[in-house]
Amino acid sequence: MCGIVGLFAKSPSLEAHVGALTAQMLAVMGDRGPDSAGFAVYGADTGRLKLTLRSPDAAARDGALAALAARFGEVRPVRRDTHIVVSVPERDEIAARALLAESGVAVVGAGRRMELYKEVGRPEAVAAAFDLPAMAGTHAVGHTRMATESAVTTRGAHPFSTGPDQCLVHNGSLSNHNGVRRMLVREGIAFETENDSEVAAGYLTFRMREGASLEEALTAALADLDGFYTFLVGTRTGFAVLRDPIACKPAVMAETDDYVAFGSEFRALAGLPGIEDAHLFEPEPGRVYAWERPE
Amino acid sequence: MSYFDLADRPLRELNAALHALPVDTNDTHWNVENPAGRHAIACGLTVPITVDLKGHVGYYCAGMNKDADVTIRGNAGVGVAENMMSGRVTVKGDASQSAGASGRGGLLVIEGNAAARCGISMKGIDIVVKGSVGPMSAFMAQKGNLVVFGDAGEALGDSLYEARLFVRGTVASLGADCVETTMGDDDRAALAAVLDEAGLADPGDFRLYASARSLYHFKVDNLDAY
Repeated sequence: MCGIVGLFAKSPSLEAHVGALTAQMLAVMGDRGPDSAGFAVYGADTGRLKLTLRSPDAAARDGALAALAARFGEVRPVRRDTHIVVSVPERDEIAARALLAESGVAVVGAGRRMELYKEVGRPEAVAAAFDLPAMAGTHAVGHTRMATESAVTTRGAHPFSTGPDQCLVHNGSLSNHNGVRRMLVREGIAFETENDSEVAAGYLTFRMREGASLEEALTAALADLDGFYTFLVGTRTGFAVLRDPIACKPAVMAETDDYVAFGSEFRALAGLPGIEDAHLFEPEPGRVYAWERPE
Repeated sequence: MSYFDLADRPLRELNAALHALPVDTNDTHWNVENPAGRHAIACGLTVPITVDLKGHVGYYCAGMNKDADVTIRGNAGVGVAENMMSGRVTVKGDASQSAGASGRGGLLVIEGNAAARCGISMKGIDIVVKGSVGPMSAFMAQKGNLVVFGDAGEALGDSLYEARLFVRGTVASLGADCVETTMGDDDRAALAAVLDEAGLADPGDFRLYASARSLYHFKVDNLDAY
């Protein structure tokens, strides 16, 4: 099964509540996927590169922080449970990643605005552990997982991020991911897992690297990815939805002057402000829906 | 009249109360507030009561309905009125996928649009959609009438048996073994009866789609397979 949710603020007044509303939507979708949960929040752009680091080992996290601080000076660490968000000058990304590879902590997300958290457990517990309700941002995506294609591990939890400020959550299963992964590896896209959803994320990263817009990348995905899917994708400024051409997996959207919201089921949207007057619709199969905001 | 607020009391309590009603109950009208997209509301009713749901509902609302008249004042999730036996279900808004799936009788009226696979495997139910229906509607439909005032998506009536599909708007494409056919007197009478039951006037320009009956009849050419 799996549940996915997303919120894209159109009005600045909503931005302070994006974390709280996403947490509430995720918790409602817990029935669709109690194994693990994750989310990405697009916060303020500080002009530096944010790296979200994850390790279950506190000593490894401390070691990584010490190594980063010794090399780059102040990295502004924000600790949340098993994750730490640090920031480094953008030009230092390769050096920072090399240092982190030696320290044994995983880089789960990178970008100027995106922070990404995932862990095993029920979504309300995961959201609370990372204090999602207190986070602000312009948009966020979340996922609650019922594992089908790979083990119940933090690595197998969504969102998957394969490019800067890019992330994807997926409900469904792909059938041609091994072939697509081989093609993408040849093109230099790196994968951390054997998961089918990570391949979808990598495919979009590849297309956007080649110059496609988010909307164009998803349109191309219709031809190249085979299987069941509802994808919800975040980029630094964008938010998009695509369902497979026979709409195997559910999706409901709500749009008001203040936001665009996505839920696997309407229940997830029922608690949003102004939902009574929202334009409610089911995204049509095989059609790309995308929203962009200014930088 | 009974009043039930799902914001205050659990859904199981509502369904249990509805299931406990005797067939000759005097408690014949139920207003239900705050459905909030919950699943399986007012499922499995077997008595002639009316249930008014004031908002959007989740999956399988009014499924297996017998004799009851259920109105949804909002949108319905997947499988509204699935496997309905008799009675009536009205959706004031849109319906998600598989509305009226495998229904055996009764009337389902959707005042908005229905998504994919509306009337899949219908077995005698009548379905009226005032808007449009999505792709693969009436897939493997066996019996009953699907009346669509708007358009139909791709592969309408794929692998159809003996249901009648009346569509007023455009049909994106027909599924395997589904063909447009001429309306006979019995077809006209069936359409009139369904519209009359739904309380709607016939604008007069429906077209009929039905099975070419070439898929489900044995062909002697295939004798070698046995």
